[in-house]
Amino acid sequence: MAGVSTPERAGRPRPSVTRPVPPKPAPAAAPATPRLATEALTAWYGGSTGVRNVSVAFRENTVTALIGPSGCGKSTLLRALNRMHELVPGTRVEGQVLLDGHDIYGDGINPVQVRRRIGMVFQRPTPFPTMSIAQNVAAGLAVGRRLSADDRDAVVERALRRAALWDEVKDRLRDSPLDLSGGQQQRLCIARTVAPEPEVILLDEPTASLDPAGTAHIEELVQELKREFTVVIVTHNMQQAARVSDTTAFFYLGELIEVGATTTMFTTPTKPQTEAYITGRFG
Amino acid sequence: MTDLSATALEPEVAPRSTAEERWRALQTVSRGDAVYRLVLTVFALFLPLLLLAIAGDLVVGAWPAIAKFGPSFLVRSIWDPVNDQFGALPLIVGTLYSSFVALLIAVPLSLGTAIFLTEFAPRWLRTPVATMVELLAAVPSVIYGLWGIFVLIPLLRDHLWPIARPVLGHLPLFSGVFYGPSVLAAGVILAIMILPYIAAVSREILLAVPAAQREAGLALGGTRWETVWRVILPYGRAGIIGAVVLGLGRALGETMAVTMVIGNRHEVALSLLQPGYTIASAIANEFAEATSGVHRGTLFLIGLVLFLITVLVNALARFLVWRVARGSSVGSTAL
Amino acid sequence: MTPRRVLRTVVGSLMTGATYGTALLAILPLAAILAMLIVKGAGSLNWDFFVKSAVPLGESGGGFAHAIVGTLIIVALACAVGLPVGVATGIFLAEFGGGRIGFGIRFVADILNGIPSIVIGVFAWSWVVRPMGHFSAVAGGFALAVILVPIVARTTEEMVRLVPNSLREAALALGYPRWRTSLQVVLRTAAAGIVTGCLVAVARVAGETAPLLFTALGNDFFSTRLLAPMAALPLQIYRYAEGPYDDWHRQAWAGALVLILLVLALSLVARAVVRGRRQHA
Repeated sequence: MAGVSTPERAGRPRPSVTRPVPPKPAPAAAPATPRLATEALTAWYGGSTGVRNVSVAFRENTVTALIGPSGCGKSTLLRALNRMHELVPGTRVEGQVLLDGHDIYGDGINPVQVRRRIGMVFQRPTPFPTMSIAQNVAAGLAVGRRLSADDRDAVVERALRRAALWDEVKDRLRDSPLDLSGGQQQRLCIARTVAPEPEVILLDEPTASLDPAGTAHIEELVQELKREFTVVIVTHNMQQAARVSDTTAFFYLGELIEVGATTTMFTTPTKPQTEAYITGRFG
Repeated sequence: MTDLSATALEPEVAPRSTAEERWRALQTVSRGDAVYRLVLTVFALFLPLLLLAIAGDLVVGAWPAIAKFGPSFLVRSIWDPVNDQFGALPLIVGTLYSSFVALLIAVPLSLGTAIFLTEFAPRWLRTPVATMVELLAAVPSVIYGLWGIFVLIPLLRDHLWPIARPVLGHLPLFSGVFYGPSVLAAGVILAIMILPYIAAVSREILLAVPAAQREAGLALGGTRWETVWRVILPYGRAGIIGAVVLGLGRALGETMAVTMVIGNRHEVALSLLQPGYTIASAIANEFAEATSGVHRGTLFLIGLVLFLITVLVNALARFLVWRVARGSSVGSTAL
Repeated sequence: MTPRRVLRTVVGSLMTGATYGTALLAILPLAAILAMLIVKGAGSLNWDFFVKSAVPLGESGGGFAHAIVGTLIIVALACAVGLPVGVATGIFLAEFGGGRIGFGIRFVADILNGIPSIVIGVFAWSWVVRPMGHFSAVAGGFALAVILVPIVARTTEEMVRLVPNSLREAALALGYPRWRTSLQVVLRTAAAGIVTGCLVAVARVAGETAPLLFTALGNDFFSTRLLAPMAALPLQIYRYAEGPYDDWHRQAWAGALVLILLVLALSLVARAVVRGRRQHA
C-alpha cells in the first residue's frame, strides 16, 4: 500500500491505490484503516436488490467517485453509507459499513448519530426556505454541542469560507437563501453539511442541476474539501469523475465491477464492462 | 479561490473528542421520536372519540322518544307537545323536498358554471369568477336568511308570482295562496348556498379529466361543446354525481337560512308555495324551550335521523368523488 | 357546410352562451346580497351601533356592542381549544398518517365535517349546558370548537403534505431526529399555510348561528361572564330579523354588514399571510 501516515491528520492530498478490501474486517489498531469501508454490503428495495455484495474502502482525504449507468446502484450505495436508505419503507440492508472500523449497522447504533458524522449533499440544492443564510449554515449545529452565539458565528463563517461562499454572502447573512443562484445555493448546502464537522461527506450528483459555471465552482470545492474530509461523490458524468476524483468505482446492475486509481481506471481499465462504459459504448 | 487552510481562520471552536467518545456517542438512544409520535396520536384520537360521543349522545337522548313511538315515528304526522304525541313525517318530507328543489335549481347552474370555468372562460375571467363563486360559500347562513326574508320573498311573492300565476297557478305544484314563506323560497336559498360546493368539486373533477381525452374529442371533429357533452362529462360522470350528492348533504343540514324562509309549519303539502318544515328548523325552533322529556327526546331523535342521513349521504359523495380523482385532494377540505 | 354541420355549430354556440349565462346567474346573488348589505346596513353603522347594547323593547336606538364583543369572546374560546387540537391532529395525519390509523382518523374527520352544525349544538347542550344547569358562553365556545377541529385538521394536513420531501431528507441527513425535522423544518415551512387554514376556519365558525342557539343562547345585555348566556353577532341578527320592529330590522342589516366584513377581513388576512411568506422566503 502506498503512503504511511496516520489516518487522523489532515495533510496534503496523496494519491492512493485501493484494491477491494479482503473479507476479514481490518484490525482497529492498524494505521491504514480506511475512514469508511463497506463489507459485503447488499441493499434491497422491497423485493429487488439495489446493490449486491459490495466491498469497497474510502481512504481518508481522498475523493472517490462512484460511476455507472442509470440504475446501477451507485445512489443506493451512497444512501446506505449514511443510513438514509432505510428511511424508505420496505428497504433492507445486509453486510457492514465500517466507520473507523466500527459497523454503523451494528446493534444499538443510532442512525441519527451516524448521520451527524457522515454528511450528505443532494442533487437539487435544498436550503431551508424559512431560515436565513446564516441560520441554514448553522442548522446542523443545533443537534450537536451547545455553542455560544459568538462560537456559532465563527463556525458559520468558517463553513462558508470552506464552501467558497463567504465573500459572496458575508454582507447578507440574514437574507433568504432563495435569493441566491442555484450554484450558490448548492455551495450553501455544502457549507451547511461541513459546519458540524462530519468526517465523511457524501455528494449525490451535486452538479446535476447546475450550469457549467456553478459546476466548475463545486468541482474546485470538492478538491479543497478532501483536505479535511473523506469525500464520496456519485456522478453520471464521467469527465467529472476524471477531473475530480482520486479513486473511481464502477458499478453495473448493482454490482461493483471495478475500483482503482482514477487515472488507471480511465486509461487502462481491466474489466471489459468498465472499458465499454468509459468509451461510451453504453450509457 | 479563498484560502481554506486551517491556519488562516480562528482555531477550532472546541477540542476534538477522542475516538472512543465518538464511538460511544453513536450508541446513544433518541427517545424524542417516540414521545413526539405519542403526543400527536393522543391529540388525533380525540376525533374518533368525538364522533362516538356525538352518536352516543344522540341515541341516549333520543331514547325516550324511541321507546314511546317506535319506528312508526317516521311516518306519522302529528306534532302535539301538550299531549306528547309526535311524528316526524312532515319534517322528513320537508327536508327532502326543499333539498330536492334546491338540487333542481343548483345542479344545472353549478355544472354550467364549472364547465364555463374549465372550458370556455377567457383566462382573465377565470380567477375573478371562481373567486366570487367561492365567496358564496363564505357568506354565513343567517345573512342568507336575512336576505331571504327581506329581498327574496318579496321578490318572489310580489313580482315574480303575479307574472307566473296565469301560467302555473292551476298546477297542483303551485296551488294555494302564496304568502311568502314557502318550500320554494327555501329551495331557492338552499340552491344559492350549495351552488359553490357543487361547482367547486365539479370543476376539480373536470380539471382531472386527462387532456388526452379532450384532444381526442376535438380531433374527431367535435365542436368544443360536443367534446364537453360527449367526452368530458361522461368521463367525469361519477365524480360529478359525487359533487351533486355532496351538495345534497349540505342542503339537508342547512338550518338558519331555511328556518327564516320556510314558514315552519308541521304539514305535508305538495305545493311549492306552501310553508313547510325541516328537521334542522324544528330543532332550531323548539329545542331551547322543549319542556317534557318526550318532546326533547323527539328532537334528539330527529337529530339522530338527520345525523344518520347526512353521514350516509356524505360518505356516498366522497366515495364517488374518490373513484374519479383517486389520490388527489379533490373535495377533501370543507371549502 | 351541410345543414347538419350548421345545426351542430349553432347548438355549440348556444350551449357555450348558456354556460356564460349560468356563471352569471351564479354570481348574481352574491352581488345582490353584498349590495343589499351595504345599502341597508351602511347607514346604520354609527358610533352608537358599536358601543351601545340593546335597549328595551319597542324603543329605538341602541346597538350591537354586546353582540360584537360576545362573538369575539366565544370565538376566542373556541380557538383556544379547537386550533391546537386541530393542528396537532393535522400534523399527525401528515407525518404519521400513512397506515390504517391515519386512514381511519381522516375518514372520521371527513364525517365530522359533514355533520350539520345544529346537531353539534345539541351535543354541546348535552355535554355542557345540561351538566351546568344553564346556558353559557363556554358552552357556545365548546360547540364551535367541535366544529373547528376537523376542519383545521384537514387543512393543516394538506399544508404539511405540501412541504417537499427533499427538505425532510436534507434535515435528516444533518442528523436531525424525526421530531426535530417535523417541528423545525417541516412545520416552519408549512406555517403560513397552516395559519391560513386556521383563519379560514375561524371565519367560517364566526358566522355560525345554529350551534349557539341553545348553548350561548344570546343575551340582550352586555356581558363578559363566561358562565352566563352571551350575545353573539349571528344570534342577534337572527333575533332582530325575525322580530316585529322596523328598528330591529335596520339593526339586523347593520349587524349583517359587520359580520360579512369580519368574515371577509379574516379571509383577506389569510391571503396576505400566504403572500407575505412567499415574498419573505
